[in-house]
Amino acid sequence: MTWIWSNMDLIWDRTLDHLVLSVPSIILSFVIALPFGWLAHRYRASRAVILTTVGLLYAIPSLPLFIVLPFIVGTSIRSPLNLIIALTLYGVALMVRVVADGLGSVDRDVQQSATGVGFSGWTVFWQVELPLAGPVLLAGLRVVAVSTVSLATVGAVIGAQSLGSLFTDGIQRGIQEEIIAGIVATVLLALVLDAALVLFGRLLMPWTRRSAIGVAARNSAVVAGVTT
Amino acid sequence: MSFFIETLAWLLDPANWIGAGGIPTRLAQHLLFTLVTLIVAAVIAVPIGFVIGHTGRGRGLAVAISGAFRAIPTLGLLTLVALWVGIGLSAPFVALIVLAIPPILAGAYTGFEAIDRKIIDAARAVGMSEAQILLKVELPLGLPLLIGGLRSATLQVVATATLAAYIANFGLGRYLFEGLRIRDYGEMLGGSVLVILLAIVLEGVFALIQKLVVPRGVTEGLPTDIRDGSSRSRPVMETTIEKGNSNVHST
Repeated sequence: MTWIWSNMDLIWDRTLDHLVLSVPSIILSFVIALPFGWLAHRYRASRAVILTTVGLLYAIPSLPLFIVLPFIVGTSIRSPLNLIIALTLYGVALMVRVVADGLGSVDRDVQQSATGVGFSGWTVFWQVELPLAGPVLLAGLRVVAVSTVSLATVGAVIGAQSLGSLFTDGIQRGIQEEIIAGIVATVLLALVLDAALVLFGRLLMPWTRRSAIGVAARNSAVVAGVTT
Repeated sequence: MSFFIETLAWLLDPANWIGAGGIPTRLAQHLLFTLVTLIVAAVIAVPIGFVIGHTGRGRGLAVAISGAFRAIPTLGLLTLVALWVGIGLSAPFVALIVLAIPPILAGAYTGFEAIDRKIIDAARAVGMSEAQILLKVELPLGLPLLIGGLRSATLQVVATATLAAYIANFGLGRYLFEGLRIRDYGEMLGGSVLVILLAIVLEGVFALIQKLVVPRGVTEGLPTDIRDGSSRSRPVMETTIEKGNSNVHST
């Protein structure tokens, strides 16, 4: 415990590094996944192509991706940008399927009624389909947030600083407290971001407060599993 | 472009294909390690998952545990266990079994949950014993989702086994760390390409198995992909819409 108290500054700095890596990745995943998920939902032909691609993308182990990516997009291996791009790719891979499933879960009658009362395709999407798919999207985004925070630690082995640096430093110097502190801080950070998303969801979707839709969607998302 | 040529040169160099540090040996280590870890994890997780799925008890706990494990960083678990048991193979072995259990467990019990309750009621009504229901009804119907769980676990283990080369001298991950250390782009990229190919091939094999294990005669009402999760509530919601349907009951 003494190590933890005397190194609070270090843990805090690494937590900030970690936030810089994970928060942009989570937001970008959602924004990028939305149009691709819509395409996968809307057209049969694009569905197969998009879902197979994201499935394969998701299968790529993180460490090799962190190493290969700089040579494809021209970033430096250790730069936060490299990690943000890689983490965003994983987030997108998870989220596209969720968006497609979420939009698919919207009752067709509701969608047709909206068209019937004169909504254009664009407004049906933004004002009917998207809000109704909201709970499923939120559940998916929570999974993305937690797995992104966990995955970001892997970057430490290639020298990108995050809470994962506490693991590599801890094993090299043989400090058990440092590794445990790193694990606890990572889990706490994941929980905080998860809680923030839940809160955000309640503000944006006040009608879901006492519904079980979110719970059901989350349970189904849990099965998806997350690779390192 | 030069990186591409270096990678290709490293991959095609005959010197990298022989000996204790050669690609075939490291690939075999990686695969064997993955296989053994999966078998041990499955022996632990599948029976527990079947009990949860069959009885419906302990589901909340299983969901909570799977959720909590998602948040635990694999690298942290790996380094912590390594610090306890020492540098070597046993640390990644223990850590990876722990990581592989939640997806297999989830696959096992969601496979059972996805089955229409009417089918199980019917099996009971024709006089099947609980053991028969488990082995002849629930197991074959739940198999695609169980394989899906094994698929997630395999991806997880292959990926983390790469990472495990950080603390143990084994597997394809060694090329990545060695290449990074001595700044040999050919080696780190070549190693990365091998790991990525391995993961994608395994993903393909599992996708195929998942299709093949769907029992004959079952084409509808069964989720074909693990990521779709349980579809148990959908048929019920559809039946309530029909007017005058007297058979509607909630599950």
